[in-house]
Amino acid sequence: MSQSLLDRAEAQQARLGLIDCDVHHALRSPKDIHPYLAQKWRDHLATYGSRRPAAFIGSSPYFKSAPALSRKDTWPPDGGPPGSDLKFLQEQLLDRYGIETGMLHLLSISGMDQRNQEFGAALCRAINEWQYAEWTQHDRRLKAAIVVPGEDAPAAVREIEHWAGNKDFAQVSMVTHTIEPLGRRRYWPIYEAAAAHNLPVGLHTSGYNGHAVSATGWSSYYAEEHHEVAISQQALVTSLVCEGVLARNPMLRVVLVEAGVAWVAPLCWRLDQHWKRMRDEVPHLDRPPSSYIKTQMWFTTQPMDEPEKPEHLSKMLDWIGWDRLLFATDYPHWDFDDPETAIKIPLTEQQRRMLFRDNARAAYNLD
Amino acid sequence: MSFPRTGAIDCDIHPAVPGMRTLLPFLDDHWREQVTLRGIDGLDSSSFPLNAPANCRPDWRANGAKPGSSLDLLRAHALDPFGTRAAICNCLYGAAGTFNVDFAAALSRAINDWLVTEWLGREPRLRASIVVPIQDPELAVAEIERRVSDKRFVQILVPAAIEAPLGRRMYWPIYAAAEKHALPLCIHAGSTFRHATTSNGWPSYYLEDYVVMSHAFQAQLLSLIAEGVFTKFPNLTVVLAEAGFTWLPQFMWRQVKTWRAMRAEIPWVDRAPAEIIRENVRFTLQPTDAPPEPDQLAQTIDMIGTDRTLLFSTDYPHWQFDGDDALPAGLDASLLRKLLVDNPLDTYPRLKETVA
Amino acid sequence: MSKHVVALAREIPPGNRKLVTVRGRPIAIFNIKGEFYGLLNRCPHQGGPMCEGVLTGLIQSEDPGTYQYSRAGEILRCPWHGWEFDVKTGQSWCDPEKITVRNYPIEVAPGQRVVQGPYVAEKIPVTLEEQYVVVEV
Repeated sequence: MSQSLLDRAEAQQARLGLIDCDVHHALRSPKDIHPYLAQKWRDHLATYGSRRPAAFIGSSPYFKSAPALSRKDTWPPDGGPPGSDLKFLQEQLLDRYGIETGMLHLLSISGMDQRNQEFGAALCRAINEWQYAEWTQHDRRLKAAIVVPGEDAPAAVREIEHWAGNKDFAQVSMVTHTIEPLGRRRYWPIYEAAAAHNLPVGLHTSGYNGHAVSATGWSSYYAEEHHEVAISQQALVTSLVCEGVLARNPMLRVVLVEAGVAWVAPLCWRLDQHWKRMRDEVPHLDRPPSSYIKTQMWFTTQPMDEPEKPEHLSKMLDWIGWDRLLFATDYPHWDFDDPETAIKIPLTEQQRRMLFRDNARAAYNLD
Repeated sequence: MSFPRTGAIDCDIHPAVPGMRTLLPFLDDHWREQVTLRGIDGLDSSSFPLNAPANCRPDWRANGAKPGSSLDLLRAHALDPFGTRAAICNCLYGAAGTFNVDFAAALSRAINDWLVTEWLGREPRLRASIVVPIQDPELAVAEIERRVSDKRFVQILVPAAIEAPLGRRMYWPIYAAAEKHALPLCIHAGSTFRHATTSNGWPSYYLEDYVVMSHAFQAQLLSLIAEGVFTKFPNLTVVLAEAGFTWLPQFMWRQVKTWRAMRAEIPWVDRAPAEIIRENVRFTLQPTDAPPEPDQLAQTIDMIGTDRTLLFSTDYPHWQFDGDDALPAGLDASLLRKLLVDNPLDTYPRLKETVA
Repeated sequence: MSKHVVALAREIPPGNRKLVTVRGRPIAIFNIKGEFYGLLNRCPHQGGPMCEGVLTGLIQSEDPGTYQYSRAGEILRCPWHGWEFDVKTGQSWCDPEKITVRNYPIEVAPGQRVVQGPYVAEKIPVTLEEQYVVVEV
């Protein structure tokens, strides 16, 4: 990587109001949500705790590359894990890069993949209350996602109905490692509710479902798993399209978060090619699968793809369509994309505006 | 375009086992009796529903017969129209899917014997992959060793989605045998359904299962590389068959990016994964999963960074093209020559020795 | 190119580091077992602050499943994406030819030599008895 590529990337990044479509705030400790949990659930959290279909209480079975999955320099000086200190996040991210809107995605604690579903629903409500009271109301640049207990569709719909209309919440979010692929009909009421309230659904790679990390079993290394979770997002897209979620809800918008983007073009080609031979199996799709993707789905760019030849990335992004791309930093995670240096290809003025701001304004209906 | 008559080598065709009855003569007394007594039959892979349009081109169907089960039709449909010099048989009948590993071994042996008798022995243009009981690597090695002296067996066949990723050390005896005997490992589309076909559970539709099969292949490549299979067996070649290949460039980019961060976790991976793929991994041509414009396909292939990757295939009798339009538009003569002839000869030393 | 006094040698004991600015460049100074090395405080990947990275050993393997550990404390991991750099040369481990972080020659000079010049010592008062870290930029 030459110094000149880095310099060029920096030189062309103007300080527009940038929209960051993936920011990870964090609890300082589980106690943070106590004020928003009934006593019985506080007790439950303290005793049985978070129970998901994974081997360890306090760790992923795939050890991450860094503590808290985070950049070493994002641990707040006043204590707490990366992302837990609003003031530090404001300095290090929002102010530093001139971010006008940041879309928050909370990864832990997670309500949707709790094996105790009642507890999970209570957690989701508590998380949403906490986000509203302690984040979005304190910095108007930050927008939260309504986290919902998606394995229980009626409960998820209730949670959406509770927050719909509240401008602090820009989208509905679900974990993506689910018991069934997210296009399956058990999840349909959630999409209908989101669309009815004009809320996009934001799907950030996360969660445990007990399924192997790939169709051929369990990888051994984080070096594989880190890539696998992005690949599973491709299967999620395939599901949403083939099950007809997008076809049945033409007003539904879906944002796919933290899977990178370059795979979108070849997935579209593959879906279209095989749909031609098998369209009798999916009569609810009345046009090629890629057309749903290119009108109703958006993709955050992080982790930005880095081919040896930057012009290859330019081509790939042309083939995806510049209007599908949403810039994201994934702050404070280790595979963070710096807005000033992550894009190493020349951008036209229009591409820059679309990528860093205008596409997000469209996807999220921001005004 | 009319198909160039250059003596193409077709690296993926599917002769079909009509049923267990056909294999009875190739089983020993014990297994023949078990199969008959217990009514064991119907081991066609769920990954290829027999009457799904995609699995047999309409003009390749013969009344009543299972697609791919007739040698005469295979000649007329897959070999003669393309001037094919040699074609590699990948028999997908379900040996890899059974839980009884001894039966898997017996069935693999029977299938391979049947291939020799009914296909290789009757048509000199045919070659075959060794069907192996991947469930038990020791038994798989025994079957490989049994076939090594017959040069018409040119590679080893396993399905793309099995119980554990192929990079795992328990499979390494197979790779030692493969490398020793210059037999590529062919990973072919298909699942043994030990796991859901996605990491998010079971899709509703066959269309989805088929499309996401490319993800199983990606998981296998991630595993083979991360576990150091190509460090331990630098001369092993892996062929991904019926995988699609237009997803390869972005896959390579992402794998290299991850490796740069995580190298210390897998320190035996001593060079960028993209280099390993260019050197040791090949892809059959069908399905092409081509972009809308011909020049985009050429550009996508160019992004792979070598012209050695692709191997011609028809994927007979699966319906991947019409007429004799087996070659996608947009590829120049030099690349066509590579994929039709040079790359297959390079990839299959045992075939190179015996081809006309 | 000029030689700049950036620190007292004793303020950066072995295993420690200091971030300094010389001619507008942020430079991370490392003391590796008594020897000093200087790297530009910007990872060539996305510009991460190298001075905040972790120093590790080098893990190599020629045989999967075995691990050879050497050069403890000499490999600098960028605090962002964790890319490995040889702290002594600035070369990345994944692509030593093409991916490098700029490194700067460092010497330790006694006060007596420093006062003779031609060292630049803008912010550090120099006394004859001390040892100084000098960066050439």
